[in-house]
Amino acid sequence: MGTLESAASAKAAVATEGEGRARDALSAKLSGHPTEGAGTTLRSEALAACSGTEILSDDSEIEEREPELLPLDAWHRARDARMVSFAGYKMPIQYGGEHGGIVAEHNWTRESASLFDVSHMGQLSITSPTDDPALATHELEKLLPGAIGSLKPGRMRYSLLLSENGGIIDDLMVTNAGTHLALVVNGARKWDDIAHLREHLPDEVTLTHYDDFALLALQGPKAADVLEALVPGTGALTFMTAGLFEWEGSHLWVSRAGYTGEDGFEISLHASKAKALADALVADERVHPAGLGARDSLRLEAGLPLYGHDLDEDIDPVSADLIFALSKKRRESGGYLGHTAIATRLAEAEGGTLGKRRVGLLLDGRMPAREGADVFAGETHVGRVTSGGFSPSLGRPIAMAYVAASHAGEGAALECEVRGKRLPATVSPMPFVPHRYFRGS
Amino acid sequence: MPRYFTEEHEWIDTEGDSATVGITDYAQEQLGDIVFVELPETGAEVVKGKDAAVVESVKAASDVYAPISGEVTETNSALEDDPGLVNSSPEEEGWFFRLTVSDKGELDGLMDEAAYKSFVDNL
Repeated sequence: MGTLESAASAKAAVATEGEGRARDALSAKLSGHPTEGAGTTLRSEALAACSGTEILSDDSEIEEREPELLPLDAWHRARDARMVSFAGYKMPIQYGGEHGGIVAEHNWTRESASLFDVSHMGQLSITSPTDDPALATHELEKLLPGAIGSLKPGRMRYSLLLSENGGIIDDLMVTNAGTHLALVVNGARKWDDIAHLREHLPDEVTLTHYDDFALLALQGPKAADVLEALVPGTGALTFMTAGLFEWEGSHLWVSRAGYTGEDGFEISLHASKAKALADALVADERVHPAGLGARDSLRLEAGLPLYGHDLDEDIDPVSADLIFALSKKRRESGGYLGHTAIATRLAEAEGGTLGKRRVGLLLDGRMPAREGADVFAGETHVGRVTSGGFSPSLGRPIAMAYVAASHAGEGAALECEVRGKRLPATVSPMPFVPHRYFRGS
Repeated sequence: MPRYFTEEHEWIDTEGDSATVGITDYAQEQLGDIVFVELPETGAEVVKGKDAAVVESVKAASDVYAPISGEVTETNSALEDDPGLVNSSPEEEGWFFRLTVSDKGELDGLMDEAAYKSFVDNL
């Protein structure tokens, strides 16, 4: 079935309040994106119709668009979810009821299992023409720094779409799905990604957007037992592998991956089946639904960057501390967009002349330093917080920041400035809370 | 000891020349889990409608405005150790600060309990 898609741990962004000062902070800042009209198969000549980058670059125009509804919109509302606009969709930030609330949902994910609806994410595939079965892989490798050709069927890899100057256009998951490559990209970036891919991939490579598919993430230490009981065989998947399964006559494309640092799965299925599967999952008493709020605090504890906050087109993978995503053999061989710039950054990192680097910060006290907070070493301004909040698992504030490389060493004593106060912060290794992925028994 | 409410979801109890300020149950419900409250210094002069405190939930920081002008005489030190009191008892144990009432006339524009309830019902 060419219509099934990989799920992924790509980044459902959460609308965190940049400046964090407004009384209406609850209605979280919108980062709306256009949501109209993807055809199924996207060819370059169709691009004009599905809105090119020129049209999308005007933020004011974007903000005015009416958010789309997720396939599970009514399901969320029936669970008293607080819905916010994010990435062009109305999305649940937290649920009501006795198990609801960001901290409760966060803790439940760490202790048991939570169900997240991440259907806003872009589920794409690229497929080679029949007479040139390696073309899709070959062409995709021109756009990202990962070794896609060495991915065996059913295996997946975290990677980055890069611009010519080495900036990160998006982060994504790429899976070798056998007949095609499956991509899961950020919801807020999917239209830009589609435009970028269609611009660079030759017409012989088919790009498909599965806009009629839902993506459900089941995350937590009990996720595997829950899913195995419902969909036998899924428990045999190991971290960063994927496979096709069947449940009540529907196909499920299941990936053992996620964005919480816990063991878990992302399940791609046709939108028409999403409610039935969500119902079946939460019918298990070990599973409660969790919203974007918990997803954000979980990924922050797991040290996973969030696109649009910790990553953007002005940030390169070396500064972002994502060197692991630069496949070793391709660091030298190159042959991808942005390689020249990346090679320069890598040389700087080795020579100790890199400008700034993404680090984790552990703060003293209870007052969080949020996105935008300035970071100081004594009187010297050395960086800025890109994500920050209170860690429910650690009971103290944590943050990610870009800090001058000379002050980015583990244990460096820094300060974050919040409303005129200086909060002591220590450069700390990430993840803040250890990952608990299942790599095989 | 009448209680007044603001459209920004603060409550204020007055007793003679002194008043106690906190945020409403509706506000704490909207904010979600509160992890930190930044209170004004004792002795600080706060101005009606201006920032007086900041409440941090897991999600975001939100300003708390002074419902009236006055001098802060006391802050709720229990919130330092247990900011969750604002969630569990917003209109009693989770109070924020006390202040002197410098101009009783400033209370005139505030809502009473019934008016606040209907204000919230219409949000």
